[in-house]
Amino acid sequence: MDIKKFDSRFQALEIKEIVEESDSVRTFIFDYPLGSKPGQFVMLWIPGVDEKPFSVAWDDGKEFWLTICKVGPATEELFKLGVGDKVGIRGPLGTAYKWKKGEHLAVVSGGYGAAPMYFVTRKAIEDGCKVEFLTGARNKDLLLFEERVESMDGVNLHVSTDDGSKGHKGYVTQVLDKVLTDKSVDKVFSCGPELMMKAACEVADKHDVDSWMSMEKYMKCGIGVCGQCAVDDSGDLICQKGPVMAYDYVKGLPELGKYHRDAQGKKHYM
Amino acid sequence: MTDLSVKFCDVRFENPTVLASGVLGVTASCLRNVVNNGAGGVTTKSIWLEEHAGHKNPTMFGTEHYFMNAVGLSDGGMDKAMAETFPEYLENKPAPIIGNVIAKNIHDFAEVVEKMTKCNPDIIEVNISCPNVDDKYGKPFSCSVAGAAEVTKAVRSCTDKPLIIKLTPNVPNIGEIAKACQSEGADGFTLINTLSGLAIDIDMRRPILTNKFGGVSGPGIKPVAIKCVYEVSKATGLPIVGTGGITNGRDAIEMMMAGATLVGMGTMVYYRGVEGFGKVVEEMKEWCEKNGVQHLDEIIGVAHNA
Repeated sequence: MDIKKFDSRFQALEIKEIVEESDSVRTFIFDYPLGSKPGQFVMLWIPGVDEKPFSVAWDDGKEFWLTICKVGPATEELFKLGVGDKVGIRGPLGTAYKWKKGEHLAVVSGGYGAAPMYFVTRKAIEDGCKVEFLTGARNKDLLLFEERVESMDGVNLHVSTDDGSKGHKGYVTQVLDKVLTDKSVDKVFSCGPELMMKAACEVADKHDVDSWMSMEKYMKCGIGVCGQCAVDDSGDLICQKGPVMAYDYVKGLPELGKYHRDAQGKKHYM
Repeated sequence: MTDLSVKFCDVRFENPTVLASGVLGVTASCLRNVVNNGAGGVTTKSIWLEEHAGHKNPTMFGTEHYFMNAVGLSDGGMDKAMAETFPEYLENKPAPIIGNVIAKNIHDFAEVVEKMTKCNPDIIEVNISCPNVDDKYGKPFSCSVAGAAEVTKAVRSCTDKPLIIKLTPNVPNIGEIAKACQSEGADGFTLINTLSGLAIDIDMRRPILTNKFGGVSGPGIKPVAIKCVYEVSKATGLPIVGTGGITNGRDAIEMMMAGATLVGMGTMVYYRGVEGFGKVVEEMKEWCEKNGVQHLDEIIGVAHNA
């Protein structure tokens, strides 16, 4: 499928493999040359159920992974599917994280935001980058991908948990503050809950380091038509100008860290 | 230098392009962004009396030739429109706004138009032709002469605003239906709404859209739209927002030659982005200048003279 040629119908794909990451998180693996870049997303159609956006957790040009948390009715149905069952995919969609060869990056993730950050990290290492991988969760059982990252050369893993069950006790942003104090980092990338990303980018600002975040807004179409993901006051569409956006732009949005909109376009405050 | 401004129901538009209902119209910011990108005016999504959930995804997809959707008219209702969308847009209004309304019966149509009048749009557009809510509420009112007339009569007495009716192409007698609306006091029309269609994913062996049936729009439907505008223009002589398959300046000129005063675009955004509005306007201007057209009045409906 080629979005550029205006065909946004679905590619039907069989699930090749399912990896249990935790009680509520699974990685679905597909044999398909998606050609996505770290930070991009796909629309995933669960036939007869719904279609939702998910960021890509890994793509080597031959297969790609979607790491998905069971959070609602659609993902609950998805978790009932097994190897060989078919879903529909369209994408890759949206913007990606970008770096230069040999840069020193700090990637900051909260909860299942670790999955796309794993994609960033593996690709950045291929480009000779050095990566500080900061990941946080409420407790150690909710940490994702930290074992995969631990074994990678060129990566320093920094774990934090709210309850102190693993790594630093407290917020991932506190760890980021220390990392940026101790080391010379070129760029900060964050992915996770909006308030966490905002806090991480504020820390980056304090240290005068450029930062990017992955905005999560209600998306219906993912192809720039429905307007559901438009932000105030610019009216820009997150599915087109995002999801990966520079904090320099994002910090000017009045809704950042304050509210999001539902499927009917109504505001819900955080 | 060509003057691209037009007057539609006594409302002045800087250029004839308007955002069609259903695309990008969720918030005031979104509508404002469309004007910033060159549109002469905007139309809201269809607004219901109460908050309304649409269909589950998949609700839309595109191909090179056509686009299909069955969003099911999701909307925050009149409360959101009155509290947020209209006040925010009208404060320092960048271009005229057409308030589109939808309802499930005659009584609600009257009430929603009354409330929309209080929102103070420049024009009220009544959607009696959405193909995607059939199952719940029966066939759209614009499928019959009597239905279209009945709605028009009911809403006409509820507003002093210019009132235009959005019609379906999925009928054999659109001219007759338009005439019935005219005799009940319609000031103009928007046409066409989408064509009714079905697409099946052969690998999945099931319809792509959750609603199964959807509305077809995009480049492939342009000749249908042009014909409907031509017919309604001939039958009524009333001003028309011509919409359906318009993606470039030449398409827009063609639509005006069929009898449209304003040119609505929605699906164009899929093919050219929101920046497409400015590009279409530029293309129209270029064509006019090359062809010695000083003012668009010179071309509206000219195809009828042939």
